[in-house]
Amino acid sequence: MASEGFHEPLDLLDEATLDYHRAMSSLCEELEAIDWYHQRVQATADGSLAAVLAYNRDDEKEHAAMALEWLRRRDEALDAQLRKYLFSTGPVTEVGSEAAGDTSASTTSGSLGIGSLKGVAQ
Amino acid sequence: MNHLHRDLAPISDADWDVIDDEAKSRLPTYLAARKLVDFEGPHGWAHSATNLGRVTEIAGPAEGVSALQRTVLPMVELRTEFTVSRTELDDVDRGAGSPDLAELDEAILQIALGENVTVFHGHKAAGFRGITEATSHAPVVVGDVANGPDAVARAVNALRKAGIGGPYGLAICPDMYTTIVESTELGGELLLDHLRKILGGPLVWAPGIQDGVVISLRGGDFKIESGQDLSIGYLDHDADVVRLYLEESLNFRVLEPDAAVALRLGD
Repeated sequence: MASEGFHEPLDLLDEATLDYHRAMSSLCEELEAIDWYHQRVQATADGSLAAVLAYNRDDEKEHAAMALEWLRRRDEALDAQLRKYLFSTGPVTEVGSEAAGDTSASTTSGSLGIGSLKGVAQ
Repeated sequence: MNHLHRDLAPISDADWDVIDDEAKSRLPTYLAARKLVDFEGPHGWAHSATNLGRVTEIAGPAEGVSALQRTVLPMVELRTEFTVSRTELDDVDRGAGSPDLAELDEAILQIALGENVTVFHGHKAAGFRGITEATSHAPVVVGDVANGPDAVARAVNALRKAGIGGPYGLAICPDMYTTIVESTELGGELLLDHLRKILGGPLVWAPGIQDGVVISLRGGDFKIESGQDLSIGYLDHDADVVRLYLEESLNFRVLEPDAAVALRLGD
């Protein structure tokens, strides 16, 4: 089994859901790796090792961003949340409250979020 | 607000939810091509063309200067318009559960047919070649539907001989699909199940297709590139109705003409 993270029988999951899970698992692994590398950078007393670990840590950030972008392109709700919060200015908690008074993201975007149906049953 | 201008419509959030949910629930049934070919994107409404990586030689601008023009495949905007009764929408706000959205349902079918036809048979005005136009294989004649397994097996064999791996899928016109679903073979096996075993993949009910086509599902052979995926926008309104539209922008490419075989019901 390539992943142990399934919570439902595999025969109930379509191919798109399996790919979604793969990408989610990959994203989690990349974020965990960033955290681990970061701790090791702080812990080591060897400056040359810290430089190598910091380089590797930042490489994982690119991997995480790629996985997140793959998910964003296929998940309308995630897309809406990322568009709302990323690259905003001011307190993060106020970004959400400002948006709360607006029409919901799904209402304003207009996209029905159909996407690929490959693997979807008849 | 974006180019769909939904915020300008006299439609409540509850009404938008009902309209969007109706479209989301019906579109997947009709969108047969998306069940069989690759779908890339959506890249956004501003995405206008695909880089094909090729060039065309054109006249140079001055003596001694040659010129090559890059080739791109532009996106096409598909749209179907429909109206919704304001009385029906008001009733939704009062708690009515099943508004009359007949025009929306018709628009859903129309735009799905447009997408299916684009993929399977092409869109000449847009410069898109469909799968049945681009295939390098001669079509397989089915004749009677009882010959379906033999015809599909011949199509799969042609794909394998061309080095095209599976699994394979069959897109088929609604009349033939219905006949297949209703048929059993001499051994009592459902024809539908027999065909699935041969293909290793699905039979897809495909409104808009003429006859049928067997295609490889391995990926990388046929691609819908989406700019804006199917969305609902606002046009205008009067005292009685709101005029809306379903819209998407896309192009379609056959990357490997060897990866499909058309089926013909008759000679």
